[in-house]
Amino acid sequence: MISITKVAKPAVRPADETALRDDTSSPGSGCSAALRKLLSALAFSALLTPATLHSAAAQDSQEVSIAYLSQIVERPPKLSNLDIPPEDEGLAGGLLSIKDNNTTGRFMKQAYTLKHVEVPADGDVLAAFDALRAEGLQHIVLNVPADALLQMADRAKGEEVMLFNAGARDDRLRSADCRANVLHITPSRAMLADALAQFLAWKRWRNWFLVIGRRDGDALFGDAIKRAAKRFGAKIVAEKRWDYGPDARRTAQSEVPAFTQDADYDVLIVADEIGEFGEYLAYRTWDPRPIAGTQGLTPTTWHRTHEQWGAAQLQSRFLKTNGRFMAPLDYHVWAAIRAIGEGATRTQSTAFSDIQNYIRGDDFELAGFKGQKLTFRAWNGQLRQPILLTAARALVSASPQQGFLHERSLLDTMGLDAPESECRFE
Amino acid sequence: MRTAIRLLTAASFAATLGFASSASAYTVYVSNEKDNTISIIDSTTLKVTDTIAVGQRPRGILLTNDGKYLLICASDDDTVQVFDVETKQVIRELPSGPDPELFVLHPSGNPLYIANEDDNLVTVVDIVDNKVLAEIPVGVEPEGMGISPDGKVLVNTSETTNMAHFIDTATNEIFDNLLVDSRPRFAEFNQDGEKLWVTSEIGGTVAVIDAKTRKMITKISFEVPGVQPEAIQPVGLRVTKDGSRAFVALGPSNRVAVINGETHEVEKYLLVGQRVWQLAFTPDEKMLFTSNGVSNDISVIDTEKLRVIKSIGVGRFPWGVAISKE
Repeated sequence: MISITKVAKPAVRPADETALRDDTSSPGSGCSAALRKLLSALAFSALLTPATLHSAAAQDSQEVSIAYLSQIVERPPKLSNLDIPPEDEGLAGGLLSIKDNNTTGRFMKQAYTLKHVEVPADGDVLAAFDALRAEGLQHIVLNVPADALLQMADRAKGEEVMLFNAGARDDRLRSADCRANVLHITPSRAMLADALAQFLAWKRWRNWFLVIGRRDGDALFGDAIKRAAKRFGAKIVAEKRWDYGPDARRTAQSEVPAFTQDADYDVLIVADEIGEFGEYLAYRTWDPRPIAGTQGLTPTTWHRTHEQWGAAQLQSRFLKTNGRFMAPLDYHVWAAIRAIGEGATRTQSTAFSDIQNYIRGDDFELAGFKGQKLTFRAWNGQLRQPILLTAARALVSASPQQGFLHERSLLDTMGLDAPESECRFE
Repeated sequence: MRTAIRLLTAASFAATLGFASSASAYTVYVSNEKDNTISIIDSTTLKVTDTIAVGQRPRGILLTNDGKYLLICASDDDTVQVFDVETKQVIRELPSGPDPELFVLHPSGNPLYIANEDDNLVTVVDIVDNKVLAEIPVGVEPEGMGISPDGKVLVNTSETTNMAHFIDTATNEIFDNLLVDSRPRFAEFNQDGEKLWVTSEIGGTVAVIDAKTRKMITKISFEVPGVQPEAIQPVGLRVTKDGSRAFVALGPSNRVAVINGETHEVEKYLLVGQRVWQLAFTPDEKMLFTSNGVSNDISVIDTEKLRVIKSIGVGRFPWGVAISKE
């Protein structure tokens, strides 16, 4: 039931955003025009919800305005009609978080609003960022590439603006290229690789065959895997680049056996972030070997099979609202906005400095359905969190694995630890 | 053969401790979340006497004041089942609202207050007339439910909002809220109505609250040598009738903490089964039963000696414990 006409005066100016969303041509996203229109309408009506809620409670409440700015530069290729990427990935998590915050806000006389701006791949994301700042938005959740994120952080330097990185996994953002005004919700590639490596070490699958795709992100994930191998006592016995082009559906059966011949390994690790070929490796390797990495056994923050630690509740709330399962990006945006909500609730203040000091302080803790509190690393602003290891339809494990010890927090056995990070906040 | 030896040991153990002769025989009910069953244990023999299939994902359980019925939150069936303890059959269902997890009875025996996790509601149900009396909007993911001994104040804790909501049972409206640490799971009043205890699972603390002023008296933290701090996750809590002691289940640290009811100091940690979840006293308070979710068993604590005297295997993921009044 979609009833857009019911809402008369949306406060978040959805007209601009809808225009932007409609301009976003997503080549090969697989939706028919009608479906795209429907999805867009859904997102549109969803956008209005918090505004409507807000206007009812606005009179006596203090407001916390949050922005979600996204630019998807590289969409996954359409290799099958199996999974249609949701148009509102990320945004749906943000809206649920706003709803959660507003439920709490009722008791605190605080109201939360979300403004979402999606910039097309060839659009000017920095201009959109400047516009948000000009409007006075101080809490900005970002799903943008690393370079854009760095430029934004530098533009907002010295201002009362905090950026929450929900999408960029680049290790350099947590090391040499760190910024004091950025908190990272999404784990780095190093965290993901370490989470997987701990499990493989526990399995004693120590000899790895590494297959790296042709994109920049694949090379970076490959680097993280190599680093993890060193840290957890594994050996890369073979490393190959997958160069067979964009679509291996019809050719994999002949290509993959030859590609994986002549190596003695326990597990094949694939670095294919966008999903070009990784799914076609399983069952086709020369020797019968499991697949892990960006496909197969995959380290991630959120998965539809995750139901432990109360996660079933978040899954079911999300599913009920959106008619689909929560994706990792939804979880990152949800967690970012919940962190802001915690800041406002705990300090009973909507002032930027109060919220920030709380989030960055020692008392901050976020209950994120991961069985322990989530906190930020002081040395690089990275959110500590357990990492799930998942197969397509089963949760296999969650890292950190037992036995990997750390003086501070077991979660710091994954990712860039204080001595390793080159991050120095000014 | 091995079972026989274990039975013998258990029997002689019980005899040594004097339960068989002096203590009354109570019936202990345990909900097994993943088996969709209720295990029934005899408190004298400390043996499972029966296992009964009930609704899907049974979690919170309690006995009605007359002792005739066991109420069961069948979370995945979105209902509260009424289980006749005499015939051992589910005889009817109560309108509970979706996904009931925990509940509490008014001291008079009616109505029943149910936390509906999915809908941010507390549902008030008349268990005699089988009807919903009220729905009270609360914070995100309501769970813990405590009621003052005079029945006037209901406390609900919401896991994602991180508050204790104080509800006036005359009007069914929230009249105060108190922020506590992350993921509050359980609320219990002292019998004299002076204090309220709230556990915070992710925060790792127990809040002791002045029930009259609704201000925090103190916040108790825990430290177990050799256990990672993040594994200490307080969930279930029970206070003795005289208020002298509180017992807190500390989740995956596999410990029950014994807290002095006056000083609020931790006196002792008792090693129990894995992921200890909920607790229940026998009416004479000589024994405390703990549900251990991961090791699929129940630990029995001797509350005088502060020793774990037995573990009893039950179904998968034991969740709630309720014990008959006689």
